[in-house]
Formats: sequence, C-alpha cells, structure tokens
Amino acid sequence: MICHRDGGALTMLFQSPVVQIGEFEAASGWHLQAEGLCRDDLCVPLPGSARRGNELDLALVAGALRMPLVHDAEVSLWALGPPAAERALRTVQAPDLVLPDVVGGRSFELASLRGKKVLLLAWASW
Amino acid sequence: MWQEVREELEPYGLEVVTVALDTGGISAAAPWIERAGARHPSLIDAAHVVDALFGIVNVPSGVWIDECGMIVRPPETAYPRRPAFLDREVKPDDPPHVRERVLEIRKLRIDADLYMHALRDWAVHGAHSRYALSPQEVIERGRPRSVEDATAAAHFELGQHLFRTGREAAAVPHFRAAHRLQPDNWTYKRQAWSFVDPTQGPNDVYDGDWLTDLRKIGAENYYPRLHL
Repeated sequence: MICHRDGGALTMLFQSPVVQIGEFEAASGWHLQAEGLCRDDLCVPLPGSARRGNELDLALVAGALRMPLVHDAEVSLWALGPPAAERALRTVQAPDLVLPDVVGGRSFELASLRGKKVLLLAWASW
Repeated sequence: MWQEVREELEPYGLEVVTVALDTGGISAAAPWIERAGARHPSLIDAAHVVDALFGIVNVPSGVWIDECGMIVRPPETAYPRRPAFLDREVKPDDPPHVRERVLEIRKLRIDADLYMHALRDWAVHGAHSRYALSPQEVIERGRPRSVEDATAAAHFELGQHLFRTGREAAAVPHFRAAHRLQPDNWTYKRQAWSFVDPTQGPNDVYDGDWLTDLRKIGAENYYPRLHL
C-alpha cells in the first residue's frame, strides 16, 4: 500500500489487488477476527476465500464492507473508497488531525486545543 | 479574514483554526495566509483529508468542536462578514465573461450576520448555546454516503495521487469520474478545474466550469441555506 492514514482511513490506495492483513488493519481501522472484519462494535462477515495466508483479497473485502474498489490498469493502482451508506460523520468525536501549520512553522495537532472551543474553517486558494 | 474573529472571541475560549484544502500545498495557500496576517493556526491539507473526514463539499465551511473534542456543528457555509463580491458593480469596461460572472456571484446566498450571531452565542454560552447541536443532530445532518459518492471519493483519491506524483494526464479521467459521480461536490470540481485554468472557466479538459455548473443549479443554491 502506498498511501494510508492511521486507522480509519476513508480512501486507501494499493499497488496490488491483495494487501497484507496488518497493513489493511492499520490503515482502515477494521480488524480481522473470527466473525469477519470488525470495527468498533460492528462485525461484517468475510468470505473464507478473502483471506490468503497473511493477505486479503481487496475485491472481496470491498464487497463485504460495501466499499467501492476502483482499478486503474494503466498505472496499476487500486483505490478502496469509503463505505457506502455510512454518513460522513460516524461519530461526533473530532478526528485526530495532524497537519502542517504555516503560522506555527511545524505540525499542528487538533487535539492540542482540548479545553478550548474550536472553529475549524476549511477554505482554499482556488 | 478570520483574524478579527479570533481576536474578538479568543477571550471567550474560542480558537480559530483554518485549513486550506489545496493540492498545491503550502506554495498555493501560504501567500493568502500571509496577506491575511493570520496569527491563528493556519493548516495546509494538500491531500484533502479534512473534506473527506468531515464531509465538506464546498468552501468556506466551518465546523464547531467543543472543549472535549466533540463536534457540535457539522460543516456549513461560514463567512465572517458579507463578502465584497456580493456588492461588486459591473464596470463599463468589464469584458462580457467578467460581467456574466459578477452578475451570477451577486446572486449567491450568504448570510454572514446569522452565522456570526450563532458563533458569538456559542463562544459565550458554550454547551448552553442553542446553536450547539446534540450528537444525534450532528450525525443526522450528514447525508448517508451513496455508492456514487463513495466511488467518487475513490476516483478523487486516485486523481490526487497521480497529480501529486507528476502524472497529470492520468489524473484527469479520475477527476472527471469524481465530478460525474458526485456533481454537488464543488471541492472536487474546483480543485481540478483550477489546475487547467485558475479562473475555473470553460476548458477542453473537463465538461464543466464554475459559471456553467453554477447556472445549472442556480446561484442561490450554491451555498445551502443555513439551518440554525
């Protein structure tokens, strides 16, 4: 996998149609258990053929989790999108966000503002 | 633009954090931040993580997060004051395309006074503010993601990755697919349009452009009505 965000990534990119279980778990927030793939208190059954040794078949995972899998054969990349039917916000807990801060000159953690009210204002130069 | 708001409301325990949703990264956004004289955290989101996480489909959008790190208002249009472009007059020497744009922009529905009233109320009253929503309300205000929305997100991610790694031509089909699948996501559209024309005008790469797509939905619907 070439691009992941720690646990709970919404969209993930892969260079292969199979992924190491540990990598998938770290990136997606879903964990392979006896019941299938589990996150929080939800478990989704996974076809037995989805697991091949230490790897997962992305297409079968995508089907089980209702995530779209887009393949670009020309560049040999697979993108696993966010689950359909879920709302954008699954929880009201603000995500752990760490982004570069132009004013502070270093990485900024949103969680560092606990104890304050925060207006998070998204804008763009375009 | 938000520095004055920060100065006004910081004594009440409110911090302003801006996030630039810009594939162009620091080089694209920093000049704007410097010109604004921002002294609040001014973050750069070159991978469009924030729009995906919060369900943001247009800018500017504000999200309120309380002292415990809980979202108490989901994304909604946020202007600190009535923007000057709403009152821009057509000048006699404006070329036709500028004239058309100015006239459409004047129709945008932006209620900055209402938004700022709510924000000030929350800054002062916190959890007791009538504008701080319950967790259930916050979640229910986000629409369930359709298969098309989810697929658009996958295409946009591929497009961004290819663009950032220098494969601009390979990115275009994915941006086009994202636009087709989730046409009300202006962030997907405007980010990609800006790569071929900074004014986001008609071009040979994408089917749409800002003015044409705005007219399709009606300028008054570009920013959803504030639901306070």
